[in-house]
Amino acid sequence: MSNGIDGDVILRVDDLKKYFTPHQGFLQSFGKVRKVVRAVDGVSFEIRRGEIFGLIGESGSGKTTTGKLVMKLIDPTSGRILFNGRDVTSIGQAETKEYRRQVQMIFQDPYASMNPRFKIRDVLEEPLEIHRISGNRAERDTRVVRALTEVKLTPPEDFMGRFPHMLSGGQRQRVATARTLILNPAMLVADEPVSMIDLSTRAEILHMMKDVQRDLGLTYLYITHDLSTARYFTDRIAVMYLGRIVEMGRADDIIDHPAHPYTRALIEAVPEPVTGKVDEVKELPISGEIPSPSNIPPGCRFHTRCPFAKEECRAEAEPELMDLGGGHYHACRRWKEIG
Amino acid sequence: MSETILQVKNLKLYYHTSKGSVKALDDVSFDLAAGETLGLVGESGCGKTTMGTGLLRMPTPPGRFEGGQILVEGRDIIPLPEREIRKDVRWEKVSMVFQGAMNCLTPVYTIGKQMMETLQEHRGMEKAEAQELIKEYLGYVGLPADVTARYPHELSGGMKQRVVIATALFLKPRVVILDEPTTALDVIVQAQIINLLKKLKKTFDLSFIFITHDLALEAEVSDRICVMYAGKIAELGSNEQIYGEKGPAHPYTERLLAATPRLRRKVESLSFIPGTPPDLITPPMGCRFHPRCPKAYDRCRVEEPPVREIEPGHMAACWRCFE
Repeated sequence: MSNGIDGDVILRVDDLKKYFTPHQGFLQSFGKVRKVVRAVDGVSFEIRRGEIFGLIGESGSGKTTTGKLVMKLIDPTSGRILFNGRDVTSIGQAETKEYRRQVQMIFQDPYASMNPRFKIRDVLEEPLEIHRISGNRAERDTRVVRALTEVKLTPPEDFMGRFPHMLSGGQRQRVATARTLILNPAMLVADEPVSMIDLSTRAEILHMMKDVQRDLGLTYLYITHDLSTARYFTDRIAVMYLGRIVEMGRADDIIDHPAHPYTRALIEAVPEPVTGKVDEVKELPISGEIPSPSNIPPGCRFHTRCPFAKEECRAEAEPELMDLGGGHYHACRRWKEIG
Repeated sequence: MSETILQVKNLKLYYHTSKGSVKALDDVSFDLAAGETLGLVGESGCGKTTMGTGLLRMPTPPGRFEGGQILVEGRDIIPLPEREIRKDVRWEKVSMVFQGAMNCLTPVYTIGKQMMETLQEHRGMEKAEAQELIKEYLGYVGLPADVTARYPHELSGGMKQRVVIATALFLKPRVVILDEPTTALDVIVQAQIINLLKKLKKTFDLSFIFITHDLALEAEVSDRICVMYAGKIAELGSNEQIYGEKGPAHPYTERLLAATPRLRRKVESLSFIPGTPPDLITPPMGCRFHPRCPKAYDRCRVEEPPVREIEPGHMAACWRCFE
């Protein structure tokens, strides 16, 4: 399946929660009860093999924390992460290492994620050493050459001897991708991989990532705030708000027929490069900014900003994701009325 | 036509480094009418921000003016003594909201104290009077008056940006340079700030220079758009001329627009511009865009195209456009 929609589940996240307790000084310990930051507050989704799954949200939505949990960079407060059907939240060190070989990460900042004193060859060889798959020099070189070829940094020999500062942002992000591929991973977690890349080359990097995904049958978890690239790049999208998924489905369905008022507002706010809008003041369906995750509103957590909110949205329990059919889910109890 | 408030003529601004002179702005000319928003758009390194700080006559070292004029209300500000600039131009007539300015608020002072500084320094205002004015301006940008007692870390990104915008307006400038004022903000907050800027522009009768790399955002705010490439103007035209049905004239603008993802339109494949912008110490011969240009021909490789009017109010620097 090229789009992976019908593939088997490679990663399942089950009611995942991550609460942070802020550090408290001695004097503060006499004060009021400290506020827990509920960064991720009951998130569940499935990613199928060969699929590109997008997690979308504003800052403070919990998308990056979710990515870190999936990478096992932090431990969840509760909930499970199943990789190939196996719970990886409670595995030991050796298994974690193997898990991390299979699930690799591409970071946002291509300038900060590489040791400036390493040549590209060293950058790419380091994971082999860490995972003790080094073999001999010739074998390592073969792997490095192959990885660089996969990300279209050709001829690879030209790049192996260079330092990161000699490369453009786009080329570095290619190296970052090559560094993940060298370990033959099954899945990549990419947190805003193109947000620091110039607009003119952003599409080039996304193309490359898509080609690599197709060629090697990889699965991606793509984390971003940018709906426009998500529509182009992903198969399915989950929209997060204050630590929870409020809508999930095929990228085109979500963007063409959003059900949740928050998704609608996000789409509404995206600028479009067409003429005739200078004198317009954009009507924004929602006001204010995202509340603090240490102070999540009761009931539906979006009700404080929702133009359609009624008493029931505040007073009743938080709505769960509801199925609209065709794999489109949303968490708005009033969606029928607001049409 | 309304009065021209700012005019840039053949401006050259180079950064002198040990490796040579980086020609960050190389013979750039445009003008800004009262009440107009002019967009400066281009990739990183094209000279947008250099232009912004240049217009305040405070080029970032080792940058130096190497020629040309900046006329503010008809007076060239480049040869003016620093005292005169401070008294009469910088912040007074031309002010700026810097990129990432909201992160430049001092964490140890309250918002009120930081805002007060500007007024005391430039106007020698009494505390009580200044406080009144601060409250008034906070109102203009949609913030409650009690924000003055708060520290920057207590405010959200959008609120901090509003504080910075209010501060930029205090001295009643005529031109405000906005350098990526919404880049670090979320899309909904960005839309709120853009609405606010449009409102303030009317209230205070301002002219804006709106610097961004985002062509889609530029379409929503700027009356005219100046597309820069490698320290030069590639194309300058009205919103309609750049974003209208007919499409832009310069191949660079065309490609940049094609690389801008459109949310409301399903595309199978996004295009991109292969290669990277040139090194500005030794820019390529001929048109600076020719190594990346799909339409380049022999002439483009040897002869640099001038910026020429191709239809009323529409300038471009491309041999193809002159044909």
